[in-house]
Amino acid sequence: MLTAARRAVIRRRLLQAVPVLVLATLVVFGLLKLMPGDIAITLAGENATDERINEIREMYGLNRPFLVQYGSWLAHALTGDLSKSLASGEAVATSIARSFPNTLLIVLLAMGVALVLGIPLGILAASKPDSLLDRVVTSIASLGIAVPSFWLAMILVAWFALEWGWFPATGSVALGQDPIKALHHAVLPALALAGGGLAEVSRQLRSSMVEYLSSSPVRTLHAKGLSSMSILWKHGLKNVGVNLLTVATLLFNRMLAATVVVEAVFAIPGMGNLIVNGALHRDLPVVQGVVFVMVLVVITVNLVADVLYTVLDPRIG
Amino acid sequence: MARAFFAWLRSDLRAALSLGFLLALLLMSLAAPWIAPWSPTAQNIDIPLADADAAHPLGTDDLGRDVLSRLIYGTSATLFASFLAVIIATVIGVPVGLLAGFKGGWIDDVISRIIDALLSFPAIVLAIAVTSALGIGLTNGMIAVGIVFSPQIARLVRARALVVRQELYVDAARCMGASNARILWRHVLPNAIQPVIVQVTLLLAGALLAEASLSFLGLGIQPPNPSWGAMLARAYQNMEIAPALMYPPGLAILFTALAFNTLGESLRVALDPTMKR
Repeated sequence: MLTAARRAVIRRRLLQAVPVLVLATLVVFGLLKLMPGDIAITLAGENATDERINEIREMYGLNRPFLVQYGSWLAHALTGDLSKSLASGEAVATSIARSFPNTLLIVLLAMGVALVLGIPLGILAASKPDSLLDRVVTSIASLGIAVPSFWLAMILVAWFALEWGWFPATGSVALGQDPIKALHHAVLPALALAGGGLAEVSRQLRSSMVEYLSSSPVRTLHAKGLSSMSILWKHGLKNVGVNLLTVATLLFNRMLAATVVVEAVFAIPGMGNLIVNGALHRDLPVVQGVVFVMVLVVITVNLVADVLYTVLDPRIG
Repeated sequence: MARAFFAWLRSDLRAALSLGFLLALLLMSLAAPWIAPWSPTAQNIDIPLADADAAHPLGTDDLGRDVLSRLIYGTSATLFASFLAVIIATVIGVPVGLLAGFKGGWIDDVISRIIDALLSFPAIVLAIAVTSALGIGLTNGMIAVGIVFSPQIARLVRARALVVRQELYVDAARCMGASNARILWRHVLPNAIQPVIVQVTLLLAGALLAEASLSFLGLGIQPPNPSWGAMLARAYQNMEIAPALMYPPGLAILFTALAFNTLGESLRVALDPTMKR
């Protein structure tokens, strides 16, 4: 199945990811250099002792050349040592390991909702362009893209949690601890995230399906006497399948960003809350750690999608 | 030019409505001191969380400040922030994209990798991180958003420049002794400007949402100054007793983002010669 040519394409993709990773981590580390004044004094906060300031200087190796600092930081980061929080003294990797599953749960749940509802809506809208159904779907999609996900979250909390009490308003439960309770807590945050995602999915799918339906292979299928339904759901879905991969990748990246604010609304102890609290208290190791892990996740997901294209699309390689 | 513009507005109702709405917002933000019934920061602790009445058409917040006045004054902070971010993105993105696309070779390789690297950051996450490093505040936050958005513009401009530099008329211009600068200015830039206009309009919606998010998280505008995002943060704190407070700023954000997006999509259709009806 994997010809030599395809393997070469995959290898090239993997190699292309290396400079991206290096540059992205350089940006994450470079955040330190954006700080005004003496970095160690700023980070140590008010009323810090000289020992504390020296400790921070030591931690970041601030006396050494920039590239040496970066190299040592990256070497530690890649082995899982993301340094310690300035506020709590906890290892940043430990905080992230505790927070990430909470974030992942709502992101994956939201992706599921967005794809399961968005795909049929997009296809139905594409089947009759400019019909009433199409207009309704397109209008809802426009609204969904413009709505701030954290405001949607607040509306959901106000009605479904505070007014009717169907779902808890805040907090989260680990999936391993109590799956039912965990899902119950994750429903509202996931719906808030899914709103924008659903709009994106249905819009993208509609446009690629409309494009496919007006292509010449479809004319042949009609000429062969196939029903519109079978063209739409069988041939159409198969042909826009590769686009679906693009949409899912985009969706994941988008939701990873949106979750940062949505978590704040639900007080979910996830990656978002970690970085926001870190940012508010200028706890730079925490901020850098979360950004590092998120970028790593995004780059990995993009890479996996790229490799999957190579496997799925017969035209490559 | 002007005639074509008005013909386009007449033919595209949604674009005309969006543009009208946005211009009205701009006017409102400029005229805020004259049209807002109260000062946006004047507290009246006798009437916290009051319902709407004749004196306060949208009620008051938890400090007794007039919601309508805060909404009107908040328009300028919100619009200023959005435009700041998008202007920064354009000022960085256009020259970088031109350089990469026009020069090609290793310069293009390096710039393209940097663009890829920056695009792998979730925008709001990097903005939060940069704000934390630079210091909390709306201007720092929006500079960060602008930097994060710049690769989107650079990528577009690069793609156009790559195509245009191989055109026959560019060769012709070069044969006639035109300098690189002249070719860029007279031929490449005008060809790249249309997709940039579309992207800028769409990015304004993105920047608006980013401002709202940052201010909501307490990383953007600082109290007591109003912005729509900051108003939502206030509404969030009082959600259990006064849930209605979240609707005015939320709807304002929704409709403004919708207007930017609609205008951008209409411009895309109107400016793209292959999509002429």
